[in-house]
Amino acid sequence: MSLNALLGGLLLTELRQGLGVTWKYFFHRKFTVRYPEEKTPLSPRFRGLHALRRYENGEERCIACKLCEAVCPALAITIESERREDGSRRTTRYEIDLFKCIYCGFCEESCPVDSIVETSVCEYHFENRKDSVVTKPQLLALGDLLEQDIAAAKAADAPYR
Amino acid sequence: MSNFLGLPEQLWLVIWTLIKIVAIVLPLIIAVAYYTLAERRVIGFMQVRLGPNRVGWYGLTQPFADTFKLLFKEIILPTRSNKFLFLLAPVLVIGPAFAAWAVVPFQDGMVLANIDAGLLYILAMTSLGVYGIIIGGWASNSKYALLGGLRSAAQTISYELAMGFALVCVLVATGSLNLTNIVHAQDGGVWNWLWLPLLPVMPVYFISGLAETNRAPFDVAEGEAEIVAGFHVEYSGAAFAVFFLAEYANMILISLLTALMFFGGWLSPFEGLPAVGDTVLAAPSAFWLLAKTVVFMFMFLWVRATFPRYRYDQIMRLGWKVFIPITLVWLVVVSALVVFDLAWWMA
Repeated sequence: MSLNALLGGLLLTELRQGLGVTWKYFFHRKFTVRYPEEKTPLSPRFRGLHALRRYENGEERCIACKLCEAVCPALAITIESERREDGSRRTTRYEIDLFKCIYCGFCEESCPVDSIVETSVCEYHFENRKDSVVTKPQLLALGDLLEQDIAAAKAADAPYR
Repeated sequence: MSNFLGLPEQLWLVIWTLIKIVAIVLPLIIAVAYYTLAERRVIGFMQVRLGPNRVGWYGLTQPFADTFKLLFKEIILPTRSNKFLFLLAPVLVIGPAFAAWAVVPFQDGMVLANIDAGLLYILAMTSLGVYGIIIGGWASNSKYALLGGLRSAAQTISYELAMGFALVCVLVATGSLNLTNIVHAQDGGVWNWLWLPLLPVMPVYFISGLAETNRAPFDVAEGEAEIVAGFHVEYSGAAFAVFFLAEYANMILISLLTALMFFGGWLSPFEGLPAVGDTVLAAPSAFWLLAKTVVFMFMFLWVRATFPRYRYDQIMRLGWKVFIPITLVWLVVVSALVVFDLAWWMA
């Protein structure tokens, strides 16, 4: 052990340097985001709660092709379909189990008519266990409610697609 | 205060002493509660985050939320543990932690028991707490708790020596074991405070204090990484709260003693200075003692936020091979200063 090292040890040189670092950061601007008053920005590609969209004339977009059901890696989507009176194929049942869903966004990617989407809503909860399965009316209602946000997010992302 | 209720003299003495005890312990408990909050906020700030700021105004009622949560939780008694010793251990820890405050003077004459062997009493009380920790570790019937208790015992014994020698230096420098007299011996301005003549001993005492109270970076007795939480793994609810209370009360005590013995206690740092030497700033008061104590309490948190935990062998090396030699050498130096009439602070 050299004299220098001994002296440095006795004078606690490195320890005092360490204390200096923490002292400096004591006055540093804090990085904490005061959620829920403050929120971090979300990407237009954010994958939150699902929704089913409609065309502007009110017709639901989903044509029951079941691509989303097929691609879903968590098997969270259940679809049943029937021929409607006007001859078009429509879903009679479209359910997503949000406990199974891993929010990968494959359903949205696979949809040929931009019907199923993942919105930017990430603050929701269930009060009963069975509520984790969202049904077709619920998904359509969400789509109606959030259509502006969804359209804006799609438009913002369009140049990169 | 005189006996205004017409009670027998002996009974009144008992009641008056009890009132004084409450007057010390109650503020102490509140101080501990807010010290835990201060710890979380200070460490948070040093880690560039905010710490608890939600409960009440800027988190100021957080300690009460924590306390009530702990008190309402179940005290789990591990199967095949020694139930009596398991519940006795927290009492053995908190007893000495509070008892030590009996001889602490807060101001000239403001002391519960002004005994002449105050320093010895403090040393005895601060080391007694380790029995509670060992017993708690053993009675839990858990290997982690036992290991934590053993580590704590070894560590406390090692640093007890360095701490004892540091206190011997104080004793030699002031010629008294009475804490009030120790402060009086430092009268006459900042340069007469013992930090200067005992310059290498002061950090040794404070760092030994960190080790005595099992605080970071000497908290191997708790060692979350390898022994979960050490001696108090099996404790929950109020029993855990008592351990917690004792640890923080001891931290405050060590801070207060450092201020008393090395930084002039309730003496003002402005004493004897030309401009302010005659004003109220220079008058000795409990305020100065509290201010100095708070500085050292902050040091505890600052150190915890800064340093990683020492390895067990490093702790032992520091205690036995560094601190004890330093204090021994300085004991000789101080003794020489006193013997050859070079002790300027005693003049």
